[in-house]
Amino acid sequence: MSLGHVLLGVLADGPAHGYDLKRAHDERFPAVKTLAYGQVYATLARLERDGLVEVAETTQGAGPERTAYALTAEGRAALLGWLEKPEPAGPYPADDLVRKTVVALRLGADADAYLRRQREVHLARMRELLALQRATDAVDARIVVDHTISHLDADLRWLETAANRLAEGRGR
Amino acid sequence: MTEVHDPLMTAVGLRKAFGRTEALRGVSMSLAPGEVLAVTGPSGSGKSTLLLCLAGVLRPEAGHVQYAGQRLDELSESQRTRLRRRELGLVLQFGQLVPELTGVQNVMMPLLLNRHDRAAARTSSLGWLERLGAGQVADVVPGEMSGGEAQRVAVARALVAGPRVVFADEPTGALDTLSGERVLEALLSSARDTGAAVVLVTHDNRVAATADREIVLRDGRADPRLVT
Ligand SMILES: Nc1ncnc2c1ncn2[C@@H]1O[C@H](COP(=O)(O)OP(=O)(O)OP(=O)(O)O)[C@@H](O)[C@H]1O
Ligand SMILES: [Mg+2]
Repeated sequence: MSLGHVLLGVLADGPAHGYDLKRAHDERFPAVKTLAYGQVYATLARLERDGLVEVAETTQGAGPERTAYALTAEGRAALLGWLEKPEPAGPYPADDLVRKTVVALRLGADADAYLRRQREVHLARMRELLALQRATDAVDARIVVDHTISHLDADLRWLETAANRLAEGRGR
Repeated sequence: MTEVHDPLMTAVGLRKAFGRTEALRGVSMSLAPGEVLAVTGPSGSGKSTLLLCLAGVLRPEAGHVQYAGQRLDELSESQRTRLRRRELGLVLQFGQLVPELTGVQNVMMPLLLNRHDRAAARTSSLGWLERLGAGQVADVVPGEMSGGEAQRVAVARALVAGPRVVFADEPTGALDTLSGERVLEALLSSARDTGAAVVLVTHDNRVAATADREIVLRDGRADPRLVT
């Protein structure tokens, strides 16, 4: 997903200033990298040039001029077109969890101990996310957290399977 | 008299074998009042056996379980039965509902055994079924319930008498994520309301993450390094 789609997606909620867009995005997607203001303004300018967003309002307060942007009909159509196409299903690259385990095995180090420490970290994060989810009634926020939790769950299952594989290996 | 900070339940060196299978090979643990403890580990590692020993259903061959300062093995059979009826709630992994009784009749059983008034027992049992999202099977026999519905009825039955410890073996095992969330929430919130401790045997990481503490079993032993 390009940053353009990200911003169009947030604007689907209603007109917003660049500053608010960044904030709304960072709040709603706590698991992904936060947006940089410079990036946001540059992308908004490009989206405006392409007719996907338009200036809804310009206000002059005490500070600098603030411009609110709104989704245009073309912007909405672009989002709908993007929704039509499912995303590729991966492949998911082996991440550092896997690398560390493999390195532990190659070194003859205590891979079990690593897997255990990692499980604790993952479980603690899952506990935080479950609490975060319980604290909100907003369906979209809950769905976003579900996604992060599901990935943590996949990692936890892998950690468990890996520990069981190690035990199986020792048993042979 | 036990001190406030004393554990509600402790197990010391539990051993249990079935023929030549050593299901538990010396498990020790403790449970504080109001604590939520998860028991995890691979299939066959002894989780259900541990739960049944703690609940006084199975007798360990060695070691002992102590509840509120009393050793379970030193109680008479009738005292143990009384304890199981009044203080402990149990959700088993398999086939636990009485097949001839409807959902609400199954839930009412512990209350009737404790000599509660029938009409009052029925009302509170219906309330528990509603809370767990199983009101629709109040008048249905277990053979005609889905696996998840039967599981919710079993959870309602374990909670209805207000136990001090709830033991649940895979309470979300047959449920999709949202139904599991609902059952777990009902189980934990009712435990919080009454100050009950909860022991959850589970393969579900969401459930394990919700617990205060986790014991991981492997080959009949609580991995000491895995007790967090
Ligand atoms: N009633 C029984 N008769 C004979 N063997 C038994 C009995 N109950 C348990 N076992 C054996 O004891 C071991 C531990 O079983 P237990 O049911 O406690 O495992 P578990 O950790 O609950 O597994 P699962 O995750 O599959 O439910 C297993 O090898 C099992 O075959
Ligand atoms: Mg079991």
